[in-house]
Amino acid sequence: MTAAPDHKPTFSNLSLTERLDEAMPMLLIPILVVLGFLAIGSPSSWLTLTVSGLAMGMMIFIMASGLTLVFGLMDVINFGHGAFVSVGAFVGVSVLIALGDWTGAASLLLNMSAIFLAVVAAMMVTGALGWGFERVIVKPVYGAHLKQILVTVGGLIVIEQLIHVVWGPDEIFINRPETLKGAVTFAGAAMEKYRLLAVGIGLVLFIAMRMVLRRTKIGLIVRAGVENGPMVEALGYRLRMVFVGVFIAGSALAGLGGVMWGLYQEVITAGMGEKMMVLVFIVAIIGGLGSVEGAFIGALLVGLLQNYVAFLEPKLALVSNIALMTAILMWRPQGMMPVVKAK
Amino acid sequence: MIVKLLSGDQPRSAILTAILLVILICLAGAPFIFDGVRPLDTAARICIFILLVASYDLLLGYGGIVSFAHTMFFGLGAYGVALASIHMGRGFDALLVGSISGALAAVVLALLIGLFSLRVRAIFFAMITLAVASAVAVLVSQFSAITGGEDGLTYKIPRVLTSANRMGEFMGTKISGKILNYYLVFTATLILFLLLLRIVNSPFGRVLQAIRENDFRAEAIGYRVVWYRTAATCLSAATAALAGSLFAIWLRYVGPDTTLSFEIMLDILLMVVIGGMGTMYGAVIGATLFILAQTYLQNLMGSASEATSALPLIPDLLDPDRWLMWLGILFILSVYFFPTGIVGRLRESRRA
Repeated sequence: MTAAPDHKPTFSNLSLTERLDEAMPMLLIPILVVLGFLAIGSPSSWLTLTVSGLAMGMMIFIMASGLTLVFGLMDVINFGHGAFVSVGAFVGVSVLIALGDWTGAASLLLNMSAIFLAVVAAMMVTGALGWGFERVIVKPVYGAHLKQILVTVGGLIVIEQLIHVVWGPDEIFINRPETLKGAVTFAGAAMEKYRLLAVGIGLVLFIAMRMVLRRTKIGLIVRAGVENGPMVEALGYRLRMVFVGVFIAGSALAGLGGVMWGLYQEVITAGMGEKMMVLVFIVAIIGGLGSVEGAFIGALLVGLLQNYVAFLEPKLALVSNIALMTAILMWRPQGMMPVVKAK
Repeated sequence: MIVKLLSGDQPRSAILTAILLVILICLAGAPFIFDGVRPLDTAARICIFILLVASYDLLLGYGGIVSFAHTMFFGLGAYGVALASIHMGRGFDALLVGSISGALAAVVLALLIGLFSLRVRAIFFAMITLAVASAVAVLVSQFSAITGGEDGLTYKIPRVLTSANRMGEFMGTKISGKILNYYLVFTATLILFLLLLRIVNSPFGRVLQAIRENDFRAEAIGYRVVWYRTAATCLSAATAALAGSLFAIWLRYVGPDTTLSFEIMLDILLMVVIGGMGTMYGAVIGATLFILAQTYLQNLMGSASEATSALPLIPDLLDPDRWLMWLGILFILSVYFFPTGIVGRLRESRRA
């Protein structure tokens, strides 16, 4: 018998570079903000751009979070996600137009309740639509990526066309509620009120989502399901039910994102979801498919970078996102926060 | 001889053979069989889309890779011809240089995208191509000094290929340069289609199919999956670019709407799926049916919409502008119930 080899476990702390590498995705946002400051030069325009970048990032995150979770949980890639964004925007804007008295009044309370009602209506409709979409379109093609992509693209076309049938072929212009018009001036920088509100809603949602995922039982099951689905099922949880729930929640969030994006742009079209999908995919890929935190960081990076670049060199705004994606995939081919799958 | 031309890949169904023959004869004799400008234009469109869809089938049907950048490659070829014709003056050398540089650009871009995304996960490819294609479309519409922006570009092609060139009469039809131009498109399509058929029936095509069925196993046998997938992407991109060049030569106009838009990408997807993925002949049938429907069915829908105008909602659903919706429904149903498309169905019915 040979003696056991010398084995001296050590509990040394991680070195600085290792820790830096781990925290790098988080650090990218402040780095980008500082770089933006250096490139732009003027503090007031920098602040304006940063706020609008953050607002845009938050809205993209809201749309992307559902998509990335659905993928992580069931390996389902939903190209029809953009349709929920459009439907949400149309439902929400219809409610806002119907409540014209409330949005036109100069009372913050009435304005906010109008927005609240619009958001609730949009989320309920898109949630229900998501449930139907999952049943009819996605369920028959579990496990086959190729068919999933094709079928969900088909679903996207049909829903987009149905929007044309219901709301007519033209784009709809919408005014923001009275108290959200205009901007606040802070340190010489004009920040639109609505953008500040969007940043606020996005932050609250991200924190709430993180709390649900980290602190509750259902969050635990979802996270475990992303990591090792069969094992969770073996323990007796019906992962399919969880998945349907996540799909519905994700669709409802896409609807919320649609309302917010519609109010941000002040115009909505049936094709807006399809256009947003490009950004949503970029965000999901650079964040690491399946990772909510990754999507959050990715969305903020995309929003900030797009706003900075649009200021410095307007024509390159969309290309900057492709460049960002390329750079991040070169650095981490699986995205910034890859989901570790137990196989 | 014919079997050899088809690379041993026969239609394998009597009905399919008959349909393909009818399509071939109609396309080959289009200027003589049909009268007027519109049928000739439709025939040329069918030829170009057959080529475009067949090149997409190489990727989707044989390689199992979903790309949303196929119109981008198509557009590269078209803009190549347009820019060369503008800067070099009208002439066949401009057409040649434009087509070749367009195809080269497509190959380089496809190689870059392929190496980036296929290296990691094949499904990244679908998303990344979508992003890159939309970025290119935006760039084209923004750099209007070079590309003409939303208005697109018009240019002159060699006089021999325009209707100004009259060459007498043949079988009661006036032969003009337009007809010569049509035959240029037709011949190029035929040659490139047969070439694609050759590629998918070569050992390379076999490996692609193996990778589509089980990439892990193919890798284990010793084939470099990434290399094969990237090569398929490049080949398909080059063919798509050439189809774009033909389109540009035929139309004498390029613009973002006719070459780069997402709608065309959806059209291609529909044609491939309805015709039959992974069959090549599916591209012929899908493209022919689709273009014919696009040209003639919309009128029918318009009259149906008018006929039902008394009823609620139904006229809106039947509006000619909504025909994409019906295609979408058809698309979903065909992915579910006929994953092998029309060609697959016809082949099965013979076996049964």
